[in-house]
Amino acid sequence: MSNKQDDIIICRCEEVTLGEIREWIAKGYDTFDELKRVLRVGMGPCQGRGCRDIILREIAKMTGKPYAEIPPGRFRPPAKPVKLGAIAKAGEAE
Amino acid sequence: MRETEVLVVGGGPAGLSAAIEAASFGAKVTLMDSDLALGGQLIKQTHKFFGSKNERAGTRGFKIAEELFKELKEREENIETFTNCTVTGYYKEDGVVSCVKGEDEYFHVKPKKIVMATGAQERIIPFPNNHLPGVYGAGAVQTLMNVYGVVPGERVLMVGAGNIGLIVSYQLMQAGVKVVGIVEAMNKIGGYWVHAAKVRRLGVPIYLRHTVKEAIGDRFVEGAVIQEIDEKFQPTGNEKKLDVDIICLAVGLTPTCELLWQAGCKMSFVPQLCGYVAQRDKNMRTSHPDIWVAGDAAGIEEASSAMVEGRIAGLGVVKALGYGAPEEIQGRLEEYHMRLADLRGGEVGAKIREGIALCSVESWEV
Repeated sequence: MSNKQDDIIICRCEEVTLGEIREWIAKGYDTFDELKRVLRVGMGPCQGRGCRDIILREIAKMTGKPYAEIPPGRFRPPAKPVKLGAIAKAGEAE
Repeated sequence: MRETEVLVVGGGPAGLSAAIEAASFGAKVTLMDSDLALGGQLIKQTHKFFGSKNERAGTRGFKIAEELFKELKEREENIETFTNCTVTGYYKEDGVVSCVKGEDEYFHVKPKKIVMATGAQERIIPFPNNHLPGVYGAGAVQTLMNVYGVVPGERVLMVGAGNIGLIVSYQLMQAGVKVVGIVEAMNKIGGYWVHAAKVRRLGVPIYLRHTVKEAIGDRFVEGAVIQEIDEKFQPTGNEKKLDVDIICLAVGLTPTCELLWQAGCKMSFVPQLCGYVAQRDKNMRTSHPDIWVAGDAAGIEEASSAMVEGRIAGLGVVKALGYGAPEEIQGRLEEYHMRLADLRGGEVGAKIREGIALCSVESWEV
């Protein structure tokens, strides 16, 4: 039972499982940004649109804090991956 | 660098309405949408809208989109449109917006004012094997069928008996797909009675207080196990295996608001509006003096209210830019506010009214 739960993929872009996320929250990495740095959650093509909410709920559950008090993490541009070549080309034009 | 007076991000019901309203006063508008076509979710909505006649009740969603496109066309000398174009960033330091059209064309725009009408995204729930091909968002299934003419599979488990779950179930059946069952975690159907009645008449079981326990399959979905849950959402041990090849998740939407976070807008977590939303004044201006918000991005609601909010945001922007006669703008604003109050009236609107009260400010300090 618990194994099956642990194997659920939460961040699909970076293939991070619920088990890994729980393990790191238990170690004290209980904010989205910390988990992002150690596990790369939310760093793929969807930029956390799929996993952020699930991870924040898991942090709330494990720390006993209300969901609204868990910081959702920093949002930086770009909101979706952009090819480096496209940026370089735009730079030359300007 | 490209410049514009008003940048509208998102060409769904809210964004189209904002663009049309702003352009009707002579403002130069740039409208961007990440999709291949404008219209947002309207273009896949084959069901008739509810509500008042003023808000196009009785008209099908894709027909409403056509009406908005007509209005857009009438204002085309003032509205420049980009599709397949994603706004990827807002840079606070200089107010520049970055965009990428297709995969390869990256450029910057400097707008005077922005309306963020970025819509919503579908929620995903965690359960074993939910990564298998065959697990879809209900909105994605609706797009596949009603925009691209592709059925997702043969036998469907629908998760969620809100309006989206019920409507998409019905449309799956219209497309000849078997809906094996609908599970709903609450002890009552969340969507409108007529939508539920339609699928029940066609013999689809709705399992209340049930949820999906896991997907079965190796390389794709070959079945699903559903389980009964109690008032505390804990499994009771009653389970049932369903023979399905598609699991369709209609478990809610959440506002898309990355750009608002990037811009440093004051945000609030409002469960009634389904997530984090920007705080706003009456005319939908955020705490950022140049940024307005409208539609699902401002809180999950209906397309009818999104369209009115878009109009209000559009008026807020032209007012700030100094276009139009103040009395005329004020008159229109009052009318739209009345229409919005109508849409949110009564018992059905109670949750939305509560939510909006939690993120509204009387006015921003100047």
